Amino acid sequence: MPTATVDGIEVEYEPGMTVMQVCELAGREIPRFCYHERLSVAGNCRMCLVEVEGGPPKPAASCAMPCAPDMKIHTDTPMVKKARDGVMEFLLINHPLDCPICDQGGECDLQDQAMAFGVDGSRYDENKRAVTNKDLGPLIRTIMTRCIHCTRCVRFTTEVAGISDMGLIGRGESAEITSYLDKAVDSELSGNVIDLCPVGALTSKPYAFKARPWELKKTETVDVMDAVGSNIRVDTRGREVMRILPRLNEDVNEEWISDKTRFIWDGLRRQRLDKPYVRRDGKLEPATWDEAFAAIAEKLKGLEGSKVAAIAGDMVCAESMYALKGLMDSLGSPNVDCRQDGAKLKGPRSNYLFNTTIAGIEDADALLLIGTNPRHEAPLINARIRKAWAASNMPIGNVGAVHDLTYDVDQLGAGPATLKDIADGNHSFASVLKNAKRPMLIIGQGALARADGAAILSLAAKVAETTGMVSEDWNGFNVLHTAAARVAGLDLGLVPGEGGHDVANILTGVEGGDIEVVYLLGADEIETRRLSRAFVIYQGSHGDAGAHAADVVLPGAAYTEKNAIWVNTEGRVQHGRRAVYPPGEAKEDWSILRALSGVIGKPLPWKTQGELVAAMIEAHPHFGSANTAPEGNSLDLGSVGVSGAVGDMGFASPVTDFYLTNPIARASEIMAECSAVFVHGQNRAKTAEASGTNG
Amino acid sequence: MAISKITKDSAEAFAFSAPKLEWAKKQLEKYPADRKQSCVIPFLWEAQKENGGYVDAAVVRYLSDMLDMAEIRVYEVVSFYTMFNTAPVGEHFVQVCTTTPCWLRGSDEIVKVCKNKIARAANTLSEDGKFSWMEVECLGACANAPMVQINDNYFEDLDETIMAEILDALAEGKDVTPGSQKGRKSSEPFGELTSLSDPALYGGAE
Repeated sequence: MPTATVDGIEVEYEPGMTVMQVCELAGREIPRFCYHERLSVAGNCRMCLVEVEGGPPKPAASCAMPCAPDMKIHTDTPMVKKARDGVMEFLLINHPLDCPICDQGGECDLQDQAMAFGVDGSRYDENKRAVTNKDLGPLIRTIMTRCIHCTRCVRFTTEVAGISDMGLIGRGESAEITSYLDKAVDSELSGNVIDLCPVGALTSKPYAFKARPWELKKTETVDVMDAVGSNIRVDTRGREVMRILPRLNEDVNEEWISDKTRFIWDGLRRQRLDKPYVRRDGKLEPATWDEAFAAIAEKLKGLEGSKVAAIAGDMVCAESMYALKGLMDSLGSPNVDCRQDGAKLKGPRSNYLFNTTIAGIEDADALLLIGTNPRHEAPLINARIRKAWAASNMPIGNVGAVHDLTYDVDQLGAGPATLKDIADGNHSFASVLKNAKRPMLIIGQGALARADGAAILSLAAKVAETTGMVSEDWNGFNVLHTAAARVAGLDLGLVPGEGGHDVANILTGVEGGDIEVVYLLGADEIETRRLSRAFVIYQGSHGDAGAHAADVVLPGAAYTEKNAIWVNTEGRVQHGRRAVYPPGEAKEDWSILRALSGVIGKPLPWKTQGELVAAMIEAHPHFGSANTAPEGNSLDLGSVGVSGAVGDMGFASPVTDFYLTNPIARASEIMAECSAVFVHGQNRAKTAEASGTNG
Repeated sequence: MAISKITKDSAEAFAFSAPKLEWAKKQLEKYPADRKQSCVIPFLWEAQKENGGYVDAAVVRYLSDMLDMAEIRVYEVVSFYTMFNTAPVGEHFVQVCTTTPCWLRGSDEIVKVCKNKIARAANTLSEDGKFSWMEVECLGACANAPMVQINDNYFEDLDETIMAEILDALAEGKDVTPGSQKGRKSSEPFGELTSLSDPALYGGAE
């Protein structure tokens, strides 16, 4: 490898690296505003100037200059210092000194770098310029006078989010960042520009003036809005979640998160179940834990196991599902299901995982989407597909409804007929897949959560088989889940046992009187009105559909309020950490189930969460290895799905409103407004901001 | 210098005339299919001419479709160059140079004439709708300062009276002669040559 010298330190570097990257290898910090690892190089802030020996006698922008062998770079000479002083002084000429009222204060690149690299005064006596604020929608607040024109937001929205809404207009002193005709930035990833903005020009609108970064407690945990399992940092003050930020994980979410993940936090405060309720005379009334448990125990007394059923929801943790399964086993009930949408998925494990892994998408060279809209079902997987597509221009085919996925897609057909053609090799895209070295397919819940789901899954497996998607070193068969709990649920065997009923049959069973007690563990996405004849126990965090139908409500903890395990769509086991305590009398979910098991006289064989997790790992060893996607390639395509007749109805994505997919989102005012603006296209009068000192 | 901004969407559609479309297709052939956007500046310029001297949202939409560019990318170009107007201009569009040489030679007087005869504010149509004016940076005719550009022609060596006469003549629909209004050719000096006057200098040709 070639070498270069940075401030007298010799470093080896990989060919193609920029001077800035080489300086970082040598441990030298280079200040920058416009440069960002994941975006194209703009080279317009000039903050990263360094001196290169032998080159022209002027400072060089290190972010845009490729390093040459034996280059001698200096980052601490008088020339560099003077250049940084000068650039900093220029940047501050028009930047307002409003740090005390700026939301970026305390975590501002400009503030930090002015302290580290700037001068202590200004020679500028003229008036500063002012720029009109732009309306970028309900999530992003703008104070454009603070903008330093780094264009990170423009590059992010164009390159990563794949929407060309933002741009830099004008030039020189009149340059402004804007969206064309004041259009709201319509992307599920738009919130990331708030993190990218190095100054306080783009800040979070819902979080405006709520807190300062130094007064927040930061907890690293995992998101449950979709099955990606984005790594997040939850910032709390006292008992309230103030905001949610992404955390770097190259294998999962890189450093982005979706808007739902980021702005869900107001939903964590509203519609909360904070005490148990028992239905008396047709009305839910507050009760004590003892009363609630007694009501359940009385109902379960002497009841046959087969008359009891349990459904696990989309956002519940592995521990509580393991406890629920244990409870149902002890009651002798085979009627357990974690697939609220009725997806026809079951083990072995690699039959329902995203086997390629999210990072693995970047190695693929052809992709077939089946019944999925990844942009709304898993925005970060969509961003990864877009990244792979942008790098290699790989062919992407879609079978299902037409969606704007932000990359070029060949629309192959609407439903099972097309899939059958591809499986039989009668479709031109079959040869595209066959000729690819590492082809992959992604089958979504839109293709699986239907009566012929198992047959479609088996067709997809046939496509994978005939086009060589699974080999020793490549596994291109992927199921994209929409629920954070689903993979853990399937891992733990929350599917009907022998003679047991699945969700659809539980609902008919209730109507027919075969099932008398239904335990809903955070399950709200089912037709709860069909449960009216049963005794319904709802355990969860929010008063949504499930709680309204319940006879006993047991208040549980939301995902930010418990230490818990989640498994993402890749099968990656991740640990969430408690950021705040559950409100009121609400408890962690596993402990509610443990306590209930004691009351009904069938205590589960562990007393602490540690013992529970140990038992769970013993039964399902993969829960012991955290943060890695499953290794090895044990997929047997022949065992995937059940071949059979398929219908002719086209595939439709299960996510019709990205912003309102779960109980927390439905409790959130921010999400409601996003849904109104972006999904229903209502005008944005409500987002108009107060002016002057009235913020 | 203020940016010319497009702030309103346009309900109407814009399209090139048939001969212009023919021309545009020829231009597009010069570039690979994925580099169509190379044509954006000449196309905007021609579209501006066909759209009555300014570019609006309809033009941006038309060219963004034609060149496979996002509308904001076309708009960035429009706002970057002062030669693109985003508000209607008069049939006689007066651009007054006010950069230092013209200013030293009295461009303030020319601006005053425009304010009195056309409209108090720049970039607004005159009452009869036939004129509009704006200040521009150096047009590169400093030797003949002060000067203005009216549509495609330069009018040089101006003063208050001459400028008023030109505007009056245009208002009456009369022809006006572009170039120096004081009768000199190109940028030669008024009267006698004051330098390079020794005939011996030109002996080489004999």
